[in-house]
Amino acid sequence: MKILVGYKRVVDYNVRIQVKPDGSGVVSDGVKLSPNPFDEIALEEALRLREKGVASEVVVVGIGPTDLQAHLRNGLAMGANRAIHVATSDAVQPLTAARVLLKLVQKEQPGLVILGKQAIDDDCNQTGQMLAALWDRPQATFASKVEIGEDKARVTREVDAGLETLEVDLPAVITTDLRLNEPRFIKLPDIMKAKSKPIEILELASLGVEPGDHLKTLHYAPPPGRSKGVMVKDVAELVAALKSKGLV
Amino acid sequence: MNTILIVAEHHAGQLNPATARCVSCARKIGGEITVAVLADAPAAIAAQAATLDGVGRVVAVADTAHTQALAAMYAPQIAVLARGFTHVLAPSTTFGKDLLPRVAALLGVAQVSDLMQVEGPRRFVRPIYAGNALVTVEVPQEQTVVATVRTASWPEAAAGAQAAPVETRSVDAALPKHTRFVTLQSAKSERPDLQSAGRVVSGGRALGSSENFRIIYQLADKLGAAVGASRAAVDAGYVPSDMQVGQTGKIIAPALYVAVGISGAIQHLTGIKDAGTIVAINKDAEAPIFEVADYGLVGDLFKLVPELTQALG
Ligand SMILES: Cc1cc2nc3c(=O)[nH]c(=O)nc-3n(C[C@H](O)[C@H](O)[C@H](O)COP(=O)(O)OP(=O)(O)OC[C@H]3O[C@@H](n4cnc5c(N)ncnc54)[C@H](O)[C@@H]3O)c2cc1C
Ligand SMILES: Cc1cc2nc3c(=O)[nH]c(=O)nc-3n(C[C@H](O)[C@H](O)[C@H](O)COP(=O)(O)OP(=O)(O)OC[C@H]3O[C@@H](n4cnc5c(N)ncnc54)[C@H](O)[C@@H]3O)c2cc1C
Repeated sequence: MKILVGYKRVVDYNVRIQVKPDGSGVVSDGVKLSPNPFDEIALEEALRLREKGVASEVVVVGIGPTDLQAHLRNGLAMGANRAIHVATSDAVQPLTAARVLLKLVQKEQPGLVILGKQAIDDDCNQTGQMLAALWDRPQATFASKVEIGEDKARVTREVDAGLETLEVDLPAVITTDLRLNEPRFIKLPDIMKAKSKPIEILELASLGVEPGDHLKTLHYAPPPGRSKGVMVKDVAELVAALKSKGLV
Repeated sequence: MNTILIVAEHHAGQLNPATARCVSCARKIGGEITVAVLADAPAAIAAQAATLDGVGRVVAVADTAHTQALAAMYAPQIAVLARGFTHVLAPSTTFGKDLLPRVAALLGVAQVSDLMQVEGPRRFVRPIYAGNALVTVEVPQEQTVVATVRTASWPEAAAGAQAAPVETRSVDAALPKHTRFVTLQSAKSERPDLQSAGRVVSGGRALGSSENFRIIYQLADKLGAAVGASRAAVDAGYVPSDMQVGQTGKIIAPALYVAVGISGAIQHLTGIKDAGTIVAINKDAEAPIFEVADYGLVGDLFKLVPELTQALG
């Protein structure tokens, strides 16, 4: 079985993002970029399935600008067999990402597609569900445990009410939650090995994906700040303050 | 004229309060509001939805395929029900997040996630980068607006005396067999629900163990509060995952939030930005949580929390 993994590059989670003064976007020059943490979890899960002999090949996919290849090399160094770079200089919204992934699914015929539940830049939490709909296949989102059986998967999902377990027929789309696994660190020899692994480059325009259907972005703004409050010296002062506000 | 379809979320025969928050958002958009209830036995839930102020009509779809709310089953039916509507909304809970992108893709349209403000019938504000930026987006004129509603940004619509008409419908859509529900493991709790509670007490990594979390529960019980946690506390196994508050957990807006032994990472703060009053207890006076706390108390939580519980009498 082949596994396709979404591997998006995002602004590192430690960066405190700033909105440009003119509201045209966020400051991205010189900002540290990293793989989306949920995609590292997706890749780790795929690699573990390969190590268990469940999967035979793991392919990472990145959709984005020409300089994405160094990023994809990280995925190869972590252990993916090969990478596909769908090149575009346009912003890619989830429906477009899902349509691109559908084209790759039709070409590659994977038994499983693992994506992150959300990318931590736009926090959309859409792409996996959209791909599953377009592909007319099952989705198991927010996964914290995945067991693959004969032609099916049993997936435990982190939902508001607790932990839900679904059984889905394969092929299927799984999106990862934080507690699915702890991704491995990349070791130096792996970086060397990754240099000879193949990255296939496809122009987005050549895939026949309908463009458009996009949300128009009008402007960006910083969130309203919370003003700094007061420090209280002890429990008695805290209780008095809360009482005066009618909170206790 | 806008015609707005809200997909009801419900559990064990009860309408989830998140649905009433979607109704407030829909009223801000303006137009005729219809609530769709898909369930094996929708009557009682539909009756609850019908009393919400602003709801003009409820559509009830009874189907044993809806004994569990599975996105793969709901989506094709919602896509059919959506015909003729200008807007389709669901709460930005795990239910809505799972379902609505699947509906949007079936309709061939984009989805707006976490709608927090309405600037026009097709123009909305939503958070990105863990809430560190807000973006105003517009849905193209010819598209159905499909959006999840950030529940923390909207009050629950009140239940009035007047009940809207309930219409029972069946929907002609092929339902897949590829997805089967197995179990739901839910910690039974007498405490208020984290997502709708007026008061929340959360514990962080500093608690050190699930046994130590007892002092958090005791304080919460004294306050009649729900209990939450940071990711670090969940990852360490002190509490179940459904208690995680933050960017990738639950986004909440209680009147009172008490953060105990939580440093205040941006991913956590995103989840509590809309809290009325934030109280922080932390032994490190430099902890970032104090930047957002209305009341900060520096000291050892193992001493201060029991003291606070005691003081609340
Ligand atoms: C309102 C709005 C404004 C935008 N403006 C800009 C802009 O000004 N500039 C800009 O560059 N982009 C912009 N984008 C696009 C944005 O960068 C994202 O690529 C796009 O929205 C996908 O959202 P997401 O990654 O949050 O999706 P999610 O649905 O949160 O992603 C889930 C998963 O899907 C997979 N995935 C998604 N996208 C990719 C990808 N590109 N490559 C590989 N895997 C992927 C990953 O596995 C990921 O974990 C904008 C998007 C929106 C919604
Ligand atoms: C992709 C991604 C998503 C994430 N999503 C979330 C999310 O949704 N929610 C979330 O919470 N986090 C999330 N995180 C994690 C986040 O970055 C932080 O690591 C996490 O919030 C830290 O938890 P904490 O505050 O409990 O632990 P720490 O940061 O370790 O803080 C513990 C605090 O306790 C204090 N302390 C220690 N002992 C005592 C004592 N005896 N008395 C009083 N105070 C004491 C310390 O001074 C410290 O401030 C995410 C991270 C990533 C990368």
